[in-house]
Amino acid sequence: MRRLRHPVSAALMLLGVLIPLVPLVLWSFAGRWRYPGLVPQQGTLRGVRLLADPTSQVLAGLGTSVSIGAAVTLLSLAVGVPAGRALGLYEFRGRNLVRLLLVAPALVPGLAVLLGTQVFFLRYGLADTLAGVVLVQLVPTIPYVTLVMAGAYANFEVDYERQAALLGARPWQVQLHVTLPALRPALTVAAYFAFLISWSEYALTLLIGGGTVKTLPLLLYAYAGGPDPTEAAAVALVVMLPPLLLMALVVRGLSGRGGTLGLVRS
Amino acid sequence: MTGRRPRWVTIAALLTPAVTVVGVLFVGGLGLGVAQSFGYQPFLPDWDWSLDGYRALWRDPAVTASVGLTLRVAVVSTAVATVLGVAAGLRLHSLVRGRRTITAVFASTLAVPHIVGALAMVLLLSQSGLLSRFAHAAGLASTPADFPALTADGFGWGIIAEYVWKETPFVALVVLAALSGGIDELHGVARTLGAGPWQRLRHVVLPLIAPAVAAASVLVFAFSFGSYEVPALLGRPYPAGLPVVALQYQRDVDLNARPEAMAVAILIAVVVAAVVAGYLALIRRLSGRPL
Repeated sequence: MRRLRHPVSAALMLLGVLIPLVPLVLWSFAGRWRYPGLVPQQGTLRGVRLLADPTSQVLAGLGTSVSIGAAVTLLSLAVGVPAGRALGLYEFRGRNLVRLLLVAPALVPGLAVLLGTQVFFLRYGLADTLAGVVLVQLVPTIPYVTLVMAGAYANFEVDYERQAALLGARPWQVQLHVTLPALRPALTVAAYFAFLISWSEYALTLLIGGGTVKTLPLLLYAYAGGPDPTEAAAVALVVMLPPLLLMALVVRGLSGRGGTLGLVRS
Repeated sequence: MTGRRPRWVTIAALLTPAVTVVGVLFVGGLGLGVAQSFGYQPFLPDWDWSLDGYRALWRDPAVTASVGLTLRVAVVSTAVATVLGVAAGLRLHSLVRGRRTITAVFASTLAVPHIVGALAMVLLLSQSGLLSRFAHAAGLASTPADFPALTADGFGWGIIAEYVWKETPFVALVVLAALSGGIDELHGVARTLGAGPWQRLRHVVLPLIAPAVAAASVLVFAFSFGSYEVPALLGRPYPAGLPVVALQYQRDVDLNARPEAMAVAILIAVVVAAVVAGYLALIRRLSGRPL
């Protein structure tokens, strides 16, 4: 164990995480980077210009991804928070079954289960639409919101709500002034998970959006298969930075919680 | 919230939206998928129930080769990410200075979408990637072709590298969380009783974190077995990952490929469900029994 405490092991861990991102960042500003050069022979802002160029569709993709991410986050909170409350606060018959049902989509790969729903989305005119993509993305997000909130409600002192009600607060006032503030850290984490899952989703968006709903991951896939690594790397940075910045904000907002985001304790 | 409503009404009202969405799309989707794998085709006038989709699985070399690749990638990725993640989690827990910052940086890959990770691995590991250039600089290779093919390769090294890169910090965070409950006291007791460092690791730390680590590795396996974009970008067209085969057949203009596409999807779901069920059975057997 003593050898393990050497500072080298921690440095190696961080290098292992950061090194794969080095060529990505370098490529996004590399005008010319021929083999076997270890660093680019020439810099460029071509990648940055591509992002602003309307024909590249990157800005439109950013808009699509943000809209879908916001809608999925809000809807999965609206659906998952009450479910988390039921699972966290109440003992009832069939609780384990409901929990298993609501957690299952986090375990079983979404594409495998949802491939069969394409006919359903086609029949109801939801295929190739933004609404259809939002709906299908709720399946992988609801389990995380429900789990995080069930954990938070299990530790929530429900007597505060009763006391506020006894003091004359209306139900919505109780929720707004008592429950919501007490659950804010969990709500933040749940919202972040929902947004991150939606933002990163590729296969379900392709399946239901049919390539018409072009989110950033779909654009990135197209550029990654294209001839220009500079363009692909620049788009990749646009896909990567928002969730990283949001994560930094969330971790800072929850500081003192060990930086684990309350991930598994719940 | 209001004391006048019966309890079950409150519970039902809270659960209905989530159970409806997950029930219709997840359970309904599974049902529709099973039906379609047995020949149901709502948009064809003369469909009939049959086992052709499943028969095609055995005969289709694209599928049989894909099963081997997908299983291999999932098993190797899960094993490596679990071992490295446990080591990293223990190391992070033992940090005295800078623990929060180092953990935050180490965990940052959790926020990186897999498709970005896949592109990063292409730029790092391909034959003209950064690693290959370092091999050249070290005098180990003179042309890109001298460097082993780690992406678009038959084994799936690039895919494994991406999963290990993304999932090791996830396992490490799970270990950290499992260690947050009173491990230091147990450690102290074990030391007082004369246990050496390896004995403490073997008999105190590992049993304490084992259930959480097992759960995390089940999640890693399920993900790496069923994910689409990583094998699509880092793998070969043949053999491709199972999810790639499923979506490719599903999008085929020939509607006769649909039952087989659905059969591939059901195969993925069944394998993952079996692994999850095995884990749950293991936990049930071990729970209550001191390790």
